[in-house]
Amino acid sequence: MGTTTATHSGEINYINEFKGLKSWFTSLDHKRIGLMYMISVMFFFLLGGLAALLLRLELLKPGGQFLTPDQYNQVLTYHGAIMVFMVIIPGIPAVLGNFFLPLHIGAKDVAFPRLNLASWYVFMFGALLAASTMFTSKIDTGWTFYTPYSIKTGTAVVTMVLAAFIMGMSSILTGLNFIVTVHKLRAPGMTMHRMPLFVWALYSTAILQVLATPVLGITLLLLVAERTLGVGIFDPALGGDPVLFQHFFWFYSHPAVYIMILPAMGVVSELITTFSKKTIFGYTAIAYSSLGIAGVSFFVWGHHMFVSGQSEIAGIVFSFITMLVGVPTAIKMFNWLATLYKGSISFQSPMLYAMGFMFLFAIGGVTGIMLAVLATDVHFHDTYFVVAHFHYVMVGGTLMALMGGFYYWFPKMFGKMYNESLARLTFIFIFVGFNVTFFPQFILGAMGMPRRYFDYIPAYQSLNAISTVGSWLIGTGFLLSLYVLVQGLRKGEKAPANPWGSKTLEWTVPSPPIHTNFEVDPIVKAGPYEYK
Amino acid sequence: MSTNNHASTSGHHFAHHFRDANHEFESAKQGIWLFMVTEILMFGGLFVAYTIFHNIYPEMFAEGAKQLDWRMGFFNTLVLIMSSLTMALGIYYLQVGQSKKAVRSLAITLVCGAIFMVVKYFEYTAKIHHGFLPGRFLDVHHVNPEHANLGLYFGFYFCMTGLHGIHVLLGMGLITWVMIRAMKGEFGPDYYTPVEGVGIFWHIVDLIWIFLFPLLYLVG
Amino acid sequence: MANTNSQHSGHGSSGHGGHHIIPFQIYIKVAAALIVLTFATVFFHWLHLGALAAPVAFLIAAVKAALVMLFFMGLKYDDKLNQVIFGCGFFFLLVLFGFSALDIWTRIKEISTL
Repeated sequence: MGTTTATHSGEINYINEFKGLKSWFTSLDHKRIGLMYMISVMFFFLLGGLAALLLRLELLKPGGQFLTPDQYNQVLTYHGAIMVFMVIIPGIPAVLGNFFLPLHIGAKDVAFPRLNLASWYVFMFGALLAASTMFTSKIDTGWTFYTPYSIKTGTAVVTMVLAAFIMGMSSILTGLNFIVTVHKLRAPGMTMHRMPLFVWALYSTAILQVLATPVLGITLLLLVAERTLGVGIFDPALGGDPVLFQHFFWFYSHPAVYIMILPAMGVVSELITTFSKKTIFGYTAIAYSSLGIAGVSFFVWGHHMFVSGQSEIAGIVFSFITMLVGVPTAIKMFNWLATLYKGSISFQSPMLYAMGFMFLFAIGGVTGIMLAVLATDVHFHDTYFVVAHFHYVMVGGTLMALMGGFYYWFPKMFGKMYNESLARLTFIFIFVGFNVTFFPQFILGAMGMPRRYFDYIPAYQSLNAISTVGSWLIGTGFLLSLYVLVQGLRKGEKAPANPWGSKTLEWTVPSPPIHTNFEVDPIVKAGPYEYK
Repeated sequence: MSTNNHASTSGHHFAHHFRDANHEFESAKQGIWLFMVTEILMFGGLFVAYTIFHNIYPEMFAEGAKQLDWRMGFFNTLVLIMSSLTMALGIYYLQVGQSKKAVRSLAITLVCGAIFMVVKYFEYTAKIHHGFLPGRFLDVHHVNPEHANLGLYFGFYFCMTGLHGIHVLLGMGLITWVMIRAMKGEFGPDYYTPVEGVGIFWHIVDLIWIFLFPLLYLVG
Repeated sequence: MANTNSQHSGHGSSGHGGHHIIPFQIYIKVAAALIVLTFATVFFHWLHLGALAAPVAFLIAAVKAALVMLFFMGLKYDDKLNQVIFGCGFFFLLVLFGFSALDIWTRIKEISTL
């Protein structure tokens, strides 16, 4: 425990109230735990990003450049596994969610602060265990660990799979904590229908985390059992079924796609209404469409398996249900557009990211419908079209929203303002770079270029070169963001309590907030977005 | 840190972000239930796989079940039911303020868990000794199975009872923990949240065995 | 605590003031019922019901499970919300089973040689 010696800087807040590294590593404060997650996620994002740059550099020209095919498979696996399990899944919920969920609903902390800290340690243990395989026997299965290859390959699958299991536990603990927090810790007057939409999104995400992750847990344990005991459940030689592994895997991993995107949608709802200075259009529709997406996501996993050999009937059923995802998603899109209509829009950097999200997510969503159609998917499956599609959703969607949310809440988190023009410049680099990288991949995919391969035929050369150049632009954009962050922390002006004129509760307290969030327990008398 | 707890009138402490002790209890209990849902879904995955393959290869599963000694499973079922009863009574005695009896009930629960594991140990060693190993390790020459893929049944047997056994051991650890705290007099009618949580966990362990017994030992 | 405002929005968080104590007698009766049902499981197994054996065994197990959940775990006297939460687990398990079975019924059953 640190000592209370923060008098030199005038006011006491959650950052300076306790001092020393130990006060951070033992902190039960949700805000500090959020920051600890932020630093971890940024570190893993750097690793995953470097892997991505390596892959694109290798694909600059046909033929081997500097990686062997085996090394390429390994870098590909680490890029996927790191980005999915250590960046995009924990990104928004564990960083921004941890920090702002209690502030949003007028609580002093999450329901189980100790569990919250524990989930960070569990996450770090799993993540470092996963990273350790890079120094022992690099795995080459891709992040999906499909059987039968994952049973046969000689690489460190067991370690990696156990690491994913452990990170899954951390994800469950976070989700469980958030659900109870939302149910039990709302301030007086904060009814469910007065919660900010970001909270609704986190709530829906938390439900997914609790309901889907255990099935991934047992799937991964069975994979370990398959490798060590040869139990035969996924082994056709004993009458087992490798496709059953894919069913179990995607029962989690499809909802996991929404674990990645729902919090992003929540952030965008906050940004759009704040920077339009207008009450959000269709609050109830947006709130319940989050739950709707969460619900539908459990019924559609088979669309990842159209060419896996699952039965035709199953494929047809999954194809039809998958289309339903478009409905709640479109509800959100149209409500955001309607919010913008006749609003007083100001294009500050968070808003730019929100607009970028809408543009890129629309492309990602519509190409998703193309892939949901069984007949077209058979053509597009395992081509770069799919790669482009999910990067438009996961990077264009989730990372854009994460960056937007980060620039939006930066003043509240650190009490400093950043350089706005540089921040806008980061958006331009990332947005342009992203499209330059991934749009050509739609065309490459339609031309039939298969994904996951280390080499390609010369016909695909020029578009691949464009794509690689785009990856450098994205890299520059993120490096610049890091600079904006550091510069803002060191030299930024002091942030006012409410720099954007937002209406949610976190902006009623000083920036940065005090340890217990609110000087006086708030009593809520109105909805979250009453601008006019 | 946020451990500046508040004392209620009865001397029990609750964390600063709750309104009162009951608020804390209700929140903790909801968290426990959510955790139990994850347990159900995790074991459920195994049951789903079991049901699917049992339906594809019913005769092979029947052959496997014949190799198990149902009396051991039956005995263990009764042991776990007893332990569930004493666990529930442990909480009951805390609620009515008889902590000596509560500690005794928890101790009996612990002993039941140990008996269960000892029986399990004898079952496992017998199976391994006779070559009934999971999957491709099944000792075909020794066992001489009627069905070529009998190993799949023993794959399920060892995975399901193994994961269940791990939960029994975890539960025994947790019961020891709350029992020691109960002996120190930390629990009473006002505060017994950890015992309540451990109890629900222990009942889940019992619940899963209730399904494992007929599915593995009888129907096969 | 500064907040003594009784108008709190968290539903069910302060529904009943104290903890519900389930009577001693109920615990004993439930345990007795569980033991009887365990004997019933074995009894029906001896009858060799053939195709019905599995459903009957499963049904008895389900009744036993319900007894454990309702009384030992106290779900009968718990919050509605907690009941819904626990029910959710079983519902989504059914979803996992339903779709996996749909695929395998229309595929493996027709081609497996084992």
